[in-house]
Amino acid sequence: MKRYSLVVLVLSLASAFVFFLGRAMLELGPTAIDLRAPVAAHLAESGVTHPVTAVLLNYRGYDTLLEIAVLLLALLAILAVVGEAPASPTRAAHPVLQALGRLAVPLMVVVAVYLLWAGAFRPGGAFQAGAVLAAAAVLLHLVGLLPGWSKPRLGLRFGLAAGFALFLAVAAGLLTQGSLLQYPPAAAGVLILLIESGLTVSLALILAGLFLLLSREAEA
Amino acid sequence: MTFVFDLLLALSLLWSAWRTLATPRLDRAIVLFIIFGLLMSLAWARLAAPDIGLAEAAIGAGLTGALLLDAYGVLLRRRGTA
Repeated sequence: MKRYSLVVLVLSLASAFVFFLGRAMLELGPTAIDLRAPVAAHLAESGVTHPVTAVLLNYRGYDTLLEIAVLLLALLAILAVVGEAPASPTRAAHPVLQALGRLAVPLMVVVAVYLLWAGAFRPGGAFQAGAVLAAAAVLLHLVGLLPGWSKPRLGLRFGLAAGFALFLAVAAGLLTQGSLLQYPPAAAGVLILLIESGLTVSLALILAGLFLLLSREAEA
Repeated sequence: MTFVFDLLLALSLLWSAWRTLATPRLDRAIVLFIIFGLLMSLAWARLAAPDIGLAEAAIGAGLTGALLLDAYGVLLRRRGTA
């Protein structure tokens, strides 16, 4: 009996919540700020023709700067927690899986470069390209062709920080323009491509590091 | 036709989300989570946001799914040796 009344109480609370949520959504007024028109109006000065990339790397560039900083911080936190353990020996997977990995990885690298290049004028960009590259590294690790990382060597450290450092350097170099990350319209396209290339490399290493640094503990 | 597709997509999203949370077996829950991520990226594409769809497919379904499966493997091995 007690259980029955509890079910009724939960159901009535949930339906009341759904009712008020629905009413609130139906009563939403028109959005106070419509940013689509200004974005479209200034697209010519942004250096790219895809509005999403223009927002991410030009109008709201500092958001992307902080995003890569947060991802780098997450990897540093993982490194601090797991410490320096010896890398686990790779276990070679079935030859068919290895052959599939060898076939797929070059294609994935091509797709990543295409996504990076396409970001300027259609959906794509550094984050997607970096994620595809990281997925390629994870695939190689899973089929036993790429050993896990024991501790970051000098080259890896540079690679991990390169995107953030390059972004910061561009931001510092452009401070004379008046405000943070305000690109001169003539050079905007090249600068965005430069930043995105750095971001792709670092994002790929960071996202792959999340997997390859953690998976070494698997055999411990 | 597209309305039917959208309806099916929304229903299967809700279904896979519910099954992910409710299924008692961890390995099935992880696979269902990956399916949920792939359906979610389809939904983003239908909402005319292919950028988010790409990121969701690569990071949400791909890398997170691989990490979860790896963690599940570690759990299994620890349970086997303990």
